Amino acid sequence: MSDAMISATHITVVRSGRKLLDNVGVDLEPGKFTVVIGPNGAGKSTLMKVLSGEMTADIGHVSYYGTSVDLCQPVDLAKRRAVLPQATQLAFPFTALEIARMGAVAHGALNPTEEGRKALSRVGLRGFESRPYPSLSGGEQQRVQFARALAQVPQPVADGLPRALFLDEPTASLDLGHQISVLEIARDFASAGGIVLAILHDLNLAAEFADHLVVLNHGRVVAEGPCADTVNDDIISAVYGIAGTVGRLPAAHIPYVLPQSRHR
Amino acid sequence: MMKALAMPFRASDDGDRTRQGAATLVLLAVLLFIACLISLGVGPTGVGLKDLWAYATGHSASLTTQERVILEAVRLPRTALGLLVGAGLAVSGAMMQGLFRNPLADPGIVGVTSGASLAAVTAIVLGGTVLSPMALFFGNYFLPLMAFFGGLLNTWLLYMIAMRAGRTSTTALILSGIAIGALTAAMTGLLIFMADDRQLRDITFWSLGSLGGATFGRVSSILPFVLVVLAIMPFVARGLDALILGDAAAFHMGIPVQRLKKIVIVAVAAACGASVAVAGSIGFVGIVVPHLLRLTMGPSHRFLLPGSALGGGALLLIADSVARTVAAPAELPIGVITALFGAPIFLLLLLGRNGIGMRDVQ
Repeated sequence: MSDAMISATHITVVRSGRKLLDNVGVDLEPGKFTVVIGPNGAGKSTLMKVLSGEMTADIGHVSYYGTSVDLCQPVDLAKRRAVLPQATQLAFPFTALEIARMGAVAHGALNPTEEGRKALSRVGLRGFESRPYPSLSGGEQQRVQFARALAQVPQPVADGLPRALFLDEPTASLDLGHQISVLEIARDFASAGGIVLAILHDLNLAAEFADHLVVLNHGRVVAEGPCADTVNDDIISAVYGIAGTVGRLPAAHIPYVLPQSRHR
Repeated sequence: MMKALAMPFRASDDGDRTRQGAATLVLLAVLLFIACLISLGVGPTGVGLKDLWAYATGHSASLTTQERVILEAVRLPRTALGLLVGAGLAVSGAMMQGLFRNPLADPGIVGVTSGASLAAVTAIVLGGTVLSPMALFFGNYFLPLMAFFGGLLNTWLLYMIAMRAGRTSTTALILSGIAIGALTAAMTGLLIFMADDRQLRDITFWSLGSLGGATFGRVSSILPFVLVVLAIMPFVARGLDALILGDAAAFHMGIPVQRLKKIVIVAVAAACGASVAVAGSIGFVGIVVPHLLRLTMGPSHRFLLPGSALGGGALLLIADSVARTVAAPAELPIGVITALFGAPIFLLLLLGRNGIGMRDVQ
């Protein structure tokens, strides 16, 4: 096991007598875009919570570069990884800039306001700085949150250690163009030496962006590896209970769109 | 000229409200200073600005003996008490709203005030009989001490009930707060039923709130509590901001969430218990002041907390000055004044939900 990574070994999480995760092991390596796929209730979000240190596993442990996550203070973890949660609603009208700024504050930025501004323009929200968060559309809110996560780990590698981005369904409320943009930013983060972990539902996007794919079902890892080895008819039908359609175009009268990265 | 004055308060286009926040703080400090002068000056014996200036610069000889006695024994402690109670109530209100992610949350809602009230009413009704040894032992401090511990007890109880597996859920906290509040209110009702006429008058006066009978003794009994709450403001502001995004997001941003919650809960209990003890239950300060401030400076606790301290003090001093003068020589309970001003503002805020971003969060 390398020290330069985030790794989870033998993770088991039991809640209300049900095993949400059953002996799961994952290594998140620098420079790699890891994607977790699987049906609803497979344990994807639970795995991300355990990896981010938010939830403690009943069995097994998580380590950050060789240090157990239990020994890390929240403030230290915040410098090493940022998390993009699923839809967040606010009862108070913070502006988009104030939200992004919080991420910069979390990693101890000297000029958090400027870094927040930069993060907003990275996600294409320049000019949205003074907009109250509750007045934004769902997709815009999601991108503000993404900007907050980016502002928290502005450098993929800092002080010789890779930083991590954890994205829980980052594309959920986004249009096609922004789905691709967000994942491209994440991929750039990974190729610059950072660690990226994303939960995705769209297998096409997963296949397009993932360097390493983890397929979860009923709390277990059922397949793992490069997309070519993991997205196949057998796994699709076993995990999702649908007929395999991998690599085949649908019938001629059904329109078919495959969003692809603009840069390859 | 007006435009130039309004400049710092205009919604800035770049989304950074730091300047607005700082400008509002300066304005509030000026407002508080004026409120102090009003509070020191008005009353049956008016003390003019010139006399106040003379007193402040050490030329107290130019004041009549009567003026000096009134200033030193009545007005100064009363003003200091109003300042502390107002600041304590408003800051704890702002903290509680941040903690519960709800602009309508208030120390009154989670049962801190009702706990303190129950203990105080207990002290009034049973002080002559069952609890008389304690009442004799603590003398004038009996009522304040009881109210303070009542507030703490309710908060502790609430915390024990709402804690699940080392975490506090906001919903559980609010719901159990309402339940505990109802229970304490019922027990208070029972005690009032047992009270005699004189005790009933005490209870009524006290339950509506008043700064009357302020002494430097009372000021010093509440001072440490309020100072502690003011001192922790800079340390909890960032955490409370992050908490608005949710417990998980706050943790992701490096906030030790459970510790922050404990600190805030204890601070709120201390400030509210102490305030209720010395001035009775004064409503709406903790909810109206932070609301009005969010309109000008935004919801960030960096400015909201110090702003609430200044604004709460100013509001309570002005309300007290009104309470002392409108029905002179009689004195209205200050809780009546704050409710008369506060309740309509609160309703207006409820009606204009969108304007201040008071959306319901599922």
